[in-house]
Amino acid sequence: MGATGSRQSGKPVSSIDAIPVTAEVVTGNVAPLLHEVRHALKRLADGKDGTVIDLQCLPLAPGEEERIEEVLGQGEVRAEIDALGPTIIQETSYPGVWLVTHRNTEQAVVGRFIEVTHIPELLKSQQADIENGANRLENELKN
Amino acid sequence: MRNDQFLGEYLRMQGVSRRGFLKFCSATASLMALPPSAVGQVAEALATARRPSVIWLSFQECTGCTESLTRSHAPTVESLIFDAISLDYHHTLQAASGYGAEEARMAAMEENAGKYLLVVDGSIPLGNPGFSTIAGISNLDMLKETAENAFAIIAVGTCAAFGGLPRANPNPTGAVSVSDIITDKPIINVSGCPPIPVVITGVLAHFLTFGTIPELDALGRPAAFFGQNIHDRCYRRPFYERGQFAETFDDEGARKGWCLYKLGCKGPTTYNACATLKWNGGTSFPIQSGHGCLGCSEPNFWDKGGFYDPLSAGMWGSRDALLGAAAAGAALGVGSALAARSRKKKAQAAEEV
Repeated sequence: MGATGSRQSGKPVSSIDAIPVTAEVVTGNVAPLLHEVRHALKRLADGKDGTVIDLQCLPLAPGEEERIEEVLGQGEVRAEIDALGPTIIQETSYPGVWLVTHRNTEQAVVGRFIEVTHIPELLKSQQADIENGANRLENELKN
Repeated sequence: MRNDQFLGEYLRMQGVSRRGFLKFCSATASLMALPPSAVGQVAEALATARRPSVIWLSFQECTGCTESLTRSHAPTVESLIFDAISLDYHHTLQAASGYGAEEARMAAMEENAGKYLLVVDGSIPLGNPGFSTIAGISNLDMLKETAENAFAIIAVGTCAAFGGLPRANPNPTGAVSVSDIITDKPIINVSGCPPIPVVITGVLAHFLTFGTIPELDALGRPAAFFGQNIHDRCYRRPFYERGQFAETFDDEGARKGWCLYKLGCKGPTTYNACATLKWNGGTSFPIQSGHGCLGCSEPNFWDKGGFYDPLSAGMWGSRDALLGAAAAGAALGVGSALAARSRKKKAQAAEEV
């Protein structure tokens, strides 16, 4: 499994990209991680609890996260949440497997997770926000 | 944020939704190296956390540790956690100076006796009290006075944790670490030159969340961040296993991203979280940028031989010792060490010519 950095994928090159470094590193962690996802999905299919995998906990070489994304593919749902910076929630081509990427307002990644669940918790409207919204709407209609 | 306010209430008043708060907790749990399943507990605890008083003392230091933390772009998780503490004294950041600043420190110590966190960056000179003073008070006296009623001490940076650069041979100021002086308080060593900002805030987040100090390793460092060495978490590790090393910084091996062991990488003996948390908002870390680890989070890293000598060359003093080690089975590393010594001799010979 050869992993090449996305910078070699034909995007416009900057001066840094012009440095002839090839990222052909393979940590060996991609396949076990995908098997972990497979096991978690089987558990979910059997009616058991969901699983969250923190991608920052594993050493991955440049290009390996992209490799994981490639294997999982893109499914039917993609949502963007605007809270303390954007969060992208992408269902993969395997229903029940979601890729969640939290960024701050500077677009830096502050957390990256694979969630194996029916629907990621963050997509649901939260009770405190619902109560707050109900009050706001009531006040809005009074005026 | 008022000192009597809960963190959850403060964030709500800042316009942060519950959804945003859960995202914040998710990133916080991740940076504390807690399992994702702990996010609910973290959210519950952080929502009702109160703002702790923090006194930050800077002694023999370069301000790199403060820079590391404050250069994080806002609003990051780091900055939100930094907002969630009451930083009552930090002579680099505070507006007050002279007597006003010292009064703020004394007031914080009195009002929060037994509850405040003391953060120290920089080593303490024992050679002569005049080597480093603040408001005419020696570093030693200020440390002892401020530590007396602290809940715990966070020694930020390798200088505060182990003496660091000021302690390097010949240690002209008689520099020592916080733990060389204070022996009756919990001390959390957050080493690194500088430490990774999210490790500093990870420790603060742990205190905010649980009200306790985290589990520590044998050198007093939080095990969640210093429990594994750089080498074991390095994405270039497979090259080491296969014996594929860069021999110089511009050879084919370097261009292919091979292991930097022969170029002096100290990853195998350095415990830190650089390989997973990374730097500059998770962009990269030294090895990913093509330079070996310097081992900056370890005691006496400055005096452990050349930065560009393989570990085995620094650990073993002579060629005989190297050959002895080779006989004991350390052939791979020793071969690298001999090659490095050979390169060094050639370079010295070239200089002499």
